[in-house]
Amino acid sequence: MLSRIADALFWIGRYLERAEDTCRIVEVHLHQSLDDPTLDEVQAANDLFLLMGQPADEKPDVLAKLCYDEASPVSFLAALGSARESARRARETVSTEVWESINTTWLAVRGGRLQRMRPASMFKFVRERCAVISGLADSTMSHDEGWLFLTLGRSIERIDMTSRLLSTPSVTSNSQRAWDHVLSGCGAHHAFVQRYGALASDRDAAEFLMLDRLFPRSLIYTLNTAVESLAQLGPSGLRIRPDDPAMRLLGAARASLEYLPPDEILRDLPDEMARLQVVCTQATQAISERYFEGSAAAEWVGGAW
Amino acid sequence: MSVLFDDYPRGQAAYDEMVGPDGVRPALRSVAAELDRLGLEEVRSRAEYLSSVYIDQGVTFDIGGEERPFPLDIVPRVMQADEFAHVEAGSRQRVRAMEAFLDDIYTEGRCFTDGVIPRHVVASSPHFHRPVAGLITANGVRVHVAGIDLIRGDDGVYRVLEDNVRSPSGVSYVMTNRRAMNSALPEVAGKHRIRPVEDYPSELLKALRAAAPSGITEPTVVVLTPGVYNSAYFEHALLARMMGVELVEGRDLVAHGGRVSLRTTRGLRPVHVIYRRIDDEFLDPAVFRADSLLGCAGLLNAARAGNVTIANAVGNGVADDKLVYTYVPDLIRFYLGEEPILASVDTWRLEEPEAREEVLDRLDELVVKPVDGSGGKGIVIGPRASADELERLRRQILKDARGWIAQPVVQLSTVPTMIDGQLRPRHVDLRPFVVNGGSEGIYVLPGGLTRVALPEGELIVNSSQGGGSKDTWVLTGARARQSQKQARQAQRMASPVPLSDQVVDRVIRHQHEQQQQSGESSC
Repeated sequence: MLSRIADALFWIGRYLERAEDTCRIVEVHLHQSLDDPTLDEVQAANDLFLLMGQPADEKPDVLAKLCYDEASPVSFLAALGSARESARRARETVSTEVWESINTTWLAVRGGRLQRMRPASMFKFVRERCAVISGLADSTMSHDEGWLFLTLGRSIERIDMTSRLLSTPSVTSNSQRAWDHVLSGCGAHHAFVQRYGALASDRDAAEFLMLDRLFPRSLIYTLNTAVESLAQLGPSGLRIRPDDPAMRLLGAARASLEYLPPDEILRDLPDEMARLQVVCTQATQAISERYFEGSAAAEWVGGAW
Repeated sequence: MSVLFDDYPRGQAAYDEMVGPDGVRPALRSVAAELDRLGLEEVRSRAEYLSSVYIDQGVTFDIGGEERPFPLDIVPRVMQADEFAHVEAGSRQRVRAMEAFLDDIYTEGRCFTDGVIPRHVVASSPHFHRPVAGLITANGVRVHVAGIDLIRGDDGVYRVLEDNVRSPSGVSYVMTNRRAMNSALPEVAGKHRIRPVEDYPSELLKALRAAAPSGITEPTVVVLTPGVYNSAYFEHALLARMMGVELVEGRDLVAHGGRVSLRTTRGLRPVHVIYRRIDDEFLDPAVFRADSLLGCAGLLNAARAGNVTIANAVGNGVADDKLVYTYVPDLIRFYLGEEPILASVDTWRLEEPEAREEVLDRLDELVVKPVDGSGGKGIVIGPRASADELERLRRQILKDARGWIAQPVVQLSTVPTMIDGQLRPRHVDLRPFVVNGGSEGIYVLPGGLTRVALPEGELIVNSSQGGGSKDTWVLTGARARQSQKQARQAQRMASPVPLSDQVVDRVIRHQHEQQQQSGESSC
């Protein structure tokens, strides 16, 4: 597979997941500010910006900045646009149906259309479109190298975003229902209540989102998916450790989460999550060095001789 | 008789393909009747459906970096079997002559010594590239794909307007148009026996594989695109996908040691045939423009070494030169010993003093074109031009007579087109696509791209100048219609499975390998 195409597929995966997760994070934030009358809205919004790596603002406009402002790099509109642009570059590789659904999604949200929707329907729309696209990708593309890169991108972005979301309750730890919101932000509320019952503690929630082996958005599940994709992409039947730095990074992160003593889970949560975000950045770097470097533009130095 | 075509203007100067002076032409009555049965309202709503389909599918072309949907009109252009047979034979003949001509000028130059065409006409063409002199391709084909622009004047005769043997575009719209029309007007399409266009990708792939360097049994074919900002990017992607080959950009390729490879996630992979959609000048910075980032340095060297085939061949632009165009009828007689099947448009060579004088006198009634222009660029239509424009043109001609040709204004034929909910005549041209597979034979795509100029009275149909397109239906012969049942049975027996030849190839090779293996084990 062409390096350039692999690169494009990896980023389609990342951007789509980013759009979906940003959408969920903003939704949680809005619910939180409605639920808690004591909340300092400006402070909460700025905390959210900080979480997304954006500078604080005197009059933060969460909806514009994170949702429909095309100029803002963290808005999910920008993410959808970038996904569409990547898909256009890899158009002959992604299946027709996937391209069409990415394209129609983009056409439905661009040019201020998103802004005109009510926030609730906007969130629903974006979440559903993302689900449709990834469903189509799963069922209409061969699960070959290209699909593995798509999955890999999606998993790494999901780890990154989930870890950001998991840092929210400690930021606003005075809120009683913080974990409920985080759980719904991961789409995990129902699954969690089913498993633990309605009387579960904060630690149970953290444990579920980090370590549940069966819930597809938990950190451990996603890390597993990423590591498996990398294992399939690399050479098989290695005798010693994997030769892929990205795989070592993700594997090590998985192990350190998995073997964390149960009572330490909540104590170090922000640090642990920050470390995980660094791992995501490093792993992306390693993957692009190993697989995409060939797509860097070569320059011909000709001229007078 | 016909609701849709009742108030359609008749007896105009231009030839109308569907409506003659006495109403709808007899051969097209069934198409008109089917459209009538739907009624104007329904046809309008189908037309709206067509445009929404194209936006969703992203069937677009770029103008100045902006993606626009390609307008597709609801009324098809219909060609009779014998009408198309004439076009087909003529296109084939022209491609054969072009092949012979290009081969000749880059090798022996018989046409010069025999005085068919002056040497300076060829040598002064900006598209004559000395770096490819003496380069002979693996199967002798240089024009792998040609798109010959045809127009029909007021006498209804098909005339060649220009030859495109560099990298003609538009074929993707032929395929998407057909699919969209079949879903928009299934009632009308279903009532007629229309020759299919879906074979094009497999015919193209067959031709490209046949052009592979000798000794390569399983060639890697790629489509080389300038990138997403090219106006025809949609087409490049579609062709690559339908042929099942990689779509590459210049930066994906690397040339080393006279070979070309692809940068993949598993290292470098050799490439054998490059169907390039990049102009010659940008193809190889080591030979042509040194500032081009679109191509790949060393490509031409690899082609000269015979390790990679560039399709279409470098240097084909000479045959597109509009001054050379005036010699094509002579070239056909010279190389093929045949009379030209397709007529040409009368053309003045401005290099010749008498011709130049006459043209300068009559600038305001002629069409003057730059010889190496494409896409309608630089064309001056005398009757429409202002005095200033004509004066500027006169100075340009006097300065560079080689750079221009003049033709009479040809009234392009018209076809009914949906404009603001009404059917109105609009000018069209036709670009049939020809794929030359060498010993595999020459394939002519049934129909071709019909481009339509949407503004009223506009004669330039180019898509970059606000043109749209129409689906082109070539009906099968009368005999097939008479015995439809038999024809259908015959078709079922010879079902056109795409790539069937390759499958057969693979089966044969597989058997061969098995034989070899069993041979070894018995030793």
